[in-house]
Amino acid sequence: MSEVFDIFLLEAVLNGLLLGGLLALLSLGLNLVFGVIDVVWICYAELIMCGMYGVYYLHVQYHWPLVLAMLAAIALVALLGWVLHQFVIRPVLNAEPINQLLVTGGVLFFLQAAATLAFGIEFRNLGVTLPSVRIGEMSFSAARLVAFGAALGGVVALYLFLTRTYLGTAIRAISQDRAIMPLMGVDPARIFALASALGGALAGLAACLLVLQYDIHPAIGLSFGPITFLICVLGGLGNMLGGFVAAFIFAQFIAVGGFFFAVEWGYVIAFIFFIAMMFWRPRGILGK
Amino acid sequence: MNYPLHLAILALLWGFIYTSWSLMGRLGLVSFGHGAFMGIGAYTVVMLWNHYGLSPWLGAIAALLFTAVVAIVIGWPCFRFKIVGHYFALVTLALSEVTRLIIVASRDYTGGSLGGTPNGALQEGATGSLSALQFASKLPWLAIVAAFWLFGLWVWRQVDRSMGRLALQAISEEEEAAASIGIHVTRAKLRITIISALMTCVGGILYAQYQLYVNPDTVSGIAISLQMVFGVIAGGMFVMLGPTVGAAFTLLLAEGLRLAFGNRYPALDTIIYGVMLVLFIIYMPKGILGAALDAWKGVRRRKAMLSA
Repeated sequence: MSEVFDIFLLEAVLNGLLLGGLLALLSLGLNLVFGVIDVVWICYAELIMCGMYGVYYLHVQYHWPLVLAMLAAIALVALLGWVLHQFVIRPVLNAEPINQLLVTGGVLFFLQAAATLAFGIEFRNLGVTLPSVRIGEMSFSAARLVAFGAALGGVVALYLFLTRTYLGTAIRAISQDRAIMPLMGVDPARIFALASALGGALAGLAACLLVLQYDIHPAIGLSFGPITFLICVLGGLGNMLGGFVAAFIFAQFIAVGGFFFAVEWGYVIAFIFFIAMMFWRPRGILGK
Repeated sequence: MNYPLHLAILALLWGFIYTSWSLMGRLGLVSFGHGAFMGIGAYTVVMLWNHYGLSPWLGAIAALLFTAVVAIVIGWPCFRFKIVGHYFALVTLALSEVTRLIIVASRDYTGGSLGGTPNGALQEGATGSLSALQFASKLPWLAIVAAFWLFGLWVWRQVDRSMGRLALQAISEEEEAAASIGIHVTRAKLRITIISALMTCVGGILYAQYQLYVNPDTVSGIAISLQMVFGVIAGGMFVMLGPTVGAAFTLLLAEGLRLAFGNRYPALDTIIYGVMLVLFIIYMPKGILGAALDAWKGVRRRKAMLSA
C-alpha cells in the first residue's frame, strides 16, 4: 500500500517539476518587462491568450503547419507587446507608478472582451494530442515535457542574450540605472520598445506551449494570470533568477497539495504560502 | 417599473461598495483584495443561513467579525513591513484569489463554481421577511441600499474631515517623512483598511440577499476586484460622489448597449469600457466627475475674472 503511495507521490513531485518549467517560462516575459521598464503588465496573461488564439486560428482554420503557426503567433504577440508599450505605457511613463499598473488593467478588459466578441465563449481545442510518456508505473504528458524543455531553452537563450550581446547589456544597464544610461549614448525609448517586444515574444512562446495542454477561451487569462504575477513577486519583481526558483516552489505546492487534497487546495496553499513569504521577505526570496 | 427600480438598486449598491473601496484607494492604498471582503460577506451569511438556519442578521455579525480578522491578518504585516504600491496591489490580489479558490474548493458546502441560492423564507403571498432579509418587492431593497449608500457618503465625509485623513495623505506622499513627524503609519493605515473592508463586506451581504444568488466569480476573485478598482477610476476617486458616478456609468453603459443591440454583441460594453479606462488614465486621471468639476470651476473662475 505505502509503495503505491510513494510512486504516486513521486509522480506528483515530478509533474510539479514539469509544471514548474512552464510557470518559469510564463513569468519570464513579465519579469523582463518589469526589470527594464518598471511596469507590471496586468494584461500579460491576456497577451498569452491572444497568442493561443493566433496558433489555433492559423493552424485549425487556415491549415498552416503547426510550427509555422507558432512562429507567427510569437511574432504577433511580440508586435502586441510593442504596440502596448508605444500607445498605452509611454503616455503614462512619468505618471504615478500605480497608474501604469492600472492602465494595463484597461487593456486586460479590452482584450478579454474583444476575444469574446470575435471568437465567442466556446472552449476551443487545437486537436493536437501528444502522447503521454510512461516511465515504470508513472506517466507524464509529453506536452509538459516539451514545455519544460522549451522553458529551459527560453531561459538559457534569454540569459545568453542579456549577457553576451550589446543590446542585452544595454537592457541590463538601463534596468540598473535609468538616469545615467542616456548619457552613455543609449536611447531608453528604443530599449524600452525592444524589451516590450521581447517580453511579448516570450508571452507568445508561453502561448505556444499552453495551447498544447489547455483549451482556449476568452477568460483563460484570469486562470493563470494571478499565479504568474505572484511568482514574479515571490521571486522579486524583475529578478529573473528569483522568478525561476519561485516558479518551481509554486509548482510543487500545487502538484503535491493537489495530490493530497484537491487541485484548488493546492493553489490555496501556494497562495497562502505566497502571502506569508511576502511578510518574511518582501523583496522576494532572492531579494537583497 | 421593476426594471428602472432594479437599475437604481444596483447603481446605489455598487456605489456604496465603490465608495468603500475608494476610502483606501484615494489615499494611495490600491487594493485588489476587496473581492475577498465582498465574498466573505456574501458567503458567510448565505452558508450560515442555509446550513444552520442562522438569521442573516446574526450571520452579518459573524461575517463582519470574520472580515475584520482577515483585514487585520493581511493589513497589519503589509503596513508593518512597508508593502506598498505594486506589491500591496499584488498581495491583496492573492487574497481575493485565495477567497475565490476556497469557495470553489469547498464545493460540498458552497456549491462550488456553480454558485448557490439562499433557501427561500417567504410563504406563498408573503411580502417579505425582515428576519430572513428577503423581500418579494423591490421597494424595501431600494430603501435599504439607499440608506447604506448615504451611510457610505457620511463615512467618507467623516474620514475626510478627520486628522486621520491628513495623516494618510502625508503617508501616501512620503511614508518616511510622515513617520518622522510622529504619525503612527501602521495604525493609521490599518484603521482605514478595516473601515473599508467592513463596509465592502456589508455590500457583499446586501448583494447576496438582494440577488438571492451567490457565485464565487461574481462576489470574489480577481475579476470583481478589478471591476471595483476600475469602476472607481472611471467615476473619479478623489471626489465624494465619484465612485457612485462610476457605478452608475458602468451599469448604464452595459445596460444601454444591451438594450440597443440585444445579445448580438455580448462583450461590447466591456470593450468600450476597457478603451475608456485606458484613455481615462492617460488623459483624465481624475475620472468623469473629477474632470467635470474641474471644468466647471474653470468656467466659473473665467466668469469671475471677466466681471471683475
